[in-house]
Amino acid sequence: MSELPGDLQYTTDHEWLRREDDGNVTVGITDHAQSALGDLVYVELPEVNQEVESGGDMAVVESVKAASDVYAPIGGTVVAVNEALTDDPEAINNDPYGEGWIVKLEPSGDEGELLTPDAYQALLDELES
Amino acid sequence: MPFIPHTDDDTRDMLEAIGAESIDELFDEIPAELKIDALDGIPEAMSEMEISRLMRERAAMDGAPLCFIGAGAYEHHIPQAVWDIATRGEYYSAYTPYQAEASQGTLQTVYEYQSMITELTGLDVSNASLYDGASGLAEAALMAVRSNRKAKSRQVLLAPGVSPTYVKVATAIAGSQGLTFDYLAMDRSSGNLDFDSLDENAEPVAVVVQQPTFLGTLEDVDRITDWAHARGAFVIAIANPTSLAVLKAPGHWGEQGADIACGDGQPLGVPLSSGGPYFGYMTCKQKHVRQMPGRIIGRTTDLEGKPGFTLTLQAREQHIRRSKATSNICTNQGLMVTAATIYMSLLGNDGLSAVARQSAGNTARLVAGLTAIDGIERLFDGPAFHEAALRLDRPVAPVLEALAARDILGGYDLGADFPDLGNALLVCATETKTEADIDCYVEAMQEIFTASLAESA
Repeated sequence: MSELPGDLQYTTDHEWLRREDDGNVTVGITDHAQSALGDLVYVELPEVNQEVESGGDMAVVESVKAASDVYAPIGGTVVAVNEALTDDPEAINNDPYGEGWIVKLEPSGDEGELLTPDAYQALLDELES
Repeated sequence: MPFIPHTDDDTRDMLEAIGAESIDELFDEIPAELKIDALDGIPEAMSEMEISRLMRERAAMDGAPLCFIGAGAYEHHIPQAVWDIATRGEYYSAYTPYQAEASQGTLQTVYEYQSMITELTGLDVSNASLYDGASGLAEAALMAVRSNRKAKSRQVLLAPGVSPTYVKVATAIAGSQGLTFDYLAMDRSSGNLDFDSLDENAEPVAVVVQQPTFLGTLEDVDRITDWAHARGAFVIAIANPTSLAVLKAPGHWGEQGADIACGDGQPLGVPLSSGGPYFGYMTCKQKHVRQMPGRIIGRTTDLEGKPGFTLTLQAREQHIRRSKATSNICTNQGLMVTAATIYMSLLGNDGLSAVARQSAGNTARLVAGLTAIDGIERLFDGPAFHEAALRLDRPVAPVLEALAARDILGGYDLGADFPDLGNALLVCATETKTEADIDCYVEAMQEIFTASLAESA
C-alpha cells in the first residue's frame, strides 16, 4: 500500500502536484511510481525558464531497469528544478513527496486532467487488482 | 546449411502458443502496399563455391599496386596475429553477444577497446563502436543537439578540413532532424580555418574540427576549441586514431578540451576493402554520457566479489527507451573492434607512435621528391601529418591514369570535392612504403611530366 498525501493532486501518469502559497506548483512522482521504477540512478531535469505544455515531456527519471518520462501535469514555466537530485536521485525513492520534488512551475492556465487523492487511489486499486 | 535453429515443428508450436496462423500474420500491421514481393535488382543466390570464386576473381582484378591514396582510409601493416586471433571461433561472429552470463570474454574485449580509445582521445567514456567515421559524425552532431541544451540552434559549423564525405553522410542522416552543416571559410595559404572570417555573433550548437584535416594539414585546434566554447557550442573532434599517438588528444584541446571525439577506426588493424566493413569510434566527456549513442560496457563485481563485465547505462538504448533512445545503433562492428583491440595491444604506445612517425616521415620524403619536379608544388604551407595536398600544373586525372598504368595508385584527386583548389592531388605514404617505393613513385611522376612536356613541345 503506497503513501498518498491528501493535500495533493495527481495524474494518471503517477505524478503529484502541490499548489504553493505563492501561486506556483511543485511537481514530483508518486510513491507508487518510485516503487515501480526501483532505485533511481539519474534524473534529467529541464532548464529553468523552459516553457512546458500540459502532458508534454518535462524530465526523465532513470532507474537501474527503466527510464521514464515525467510529463508536465499542467502547462507553465519552469521556475525551479531540484538540483540536489543530480547527485542524489534516490531522494525520490526515499521521500517522493518532500525532498524528492522535481520541478516548480509557474502555471500558464493550461490545466491538464488532474485527479483527487480518492480518484488516484481508485486508479491504484484498479492497477493492483 | 540453414543458420536458423528452429525446426518447422518449433515454428508451428510457437505460432500455436500465441494463436497465430502463420509468420506472415505477425507482420499484418504493415500495409500491403508497403510490402514488396521480390527484390528485382538482386541476383540469384549463389553457392559458397560460386561466390568464393567470384570474389577471388574480383580481388585478383585489384592486382597489387603501390598505394599512395589516403583520404580517409589508410594502408597500414597489420601484424599476422591480429586476424589470426580475431578470426578464432570465440570471436568470429557477425553478431556481438552481450549476455553477461555467457559472454564475459567478448565484453572484456570491448571494455579493453573502450579503455584504449579513451586513452588515445583523452576523453572519459567510449562506446562499443559505430558503423564508421562518417556515421560517427552524424551521431556526434545529434548527440551535441541533445546534450547542449543551452544552445537554441541546430546549426553545426565545420572547419574547412572536415571530410566532405563525412558531411554528406551526416547530412543524409541528421538533416531530416533539422540539423544543418555549414563550412567555415578556409585560409588559402594554410588550408586551415580562416580565423578572420569567423562571425562573432554565430550561435552554433557545435563546431566540428578534423585533425589532421582531410587535406593533411594541422589546425590550431586549441584556438578553435576556445572560440567554439566561448560561443556556447560543443566541440566535436574528428581524429585519425594513428595520429593521436603523436598529436595532442582532443580531450586536451584548448582550455576545456573537445566535448566529443569520433572518427574512423580503420587504421587500427582493419584492411583496406571496398568501402568496408570499417568501424567508427566515439568518445565523450563523462558529463555527456547519458546522451551518448550505442553500447557501453562497464566493469563491475559479481555477487562473489569477482570482477566482471556487463552492459551499462542501458536506459539510453532502444530496447528500453524505444523511440526516445539516443540512437538505433546497437550491435555495430564488434569484429572490427576486436581486431583493433588486438592491434593496439600488440603495438602498444611505442608501436603506434612508431607507425605515426614513420608514416609522417615517408610522406615528407614523398612530398620532397614530388615537389622537386617542375610543375608540382605544395598547395599549403605549414606542418602536415601523413598526408599532403599538391598543386599540379596540369589536370590530375590523366596523371593518375598514367601512374596507374605503371601500377601506382598516385593519390586522391581533390577536384570533385574542392573545385576551387584547381589541379590538386592528395598523397599519402604510410609506414608500409619503403624508400624504394617512394623513389619509384617519384621517378614515375618525373617521367610522366617529362614525357608530356615532350609531347606538347
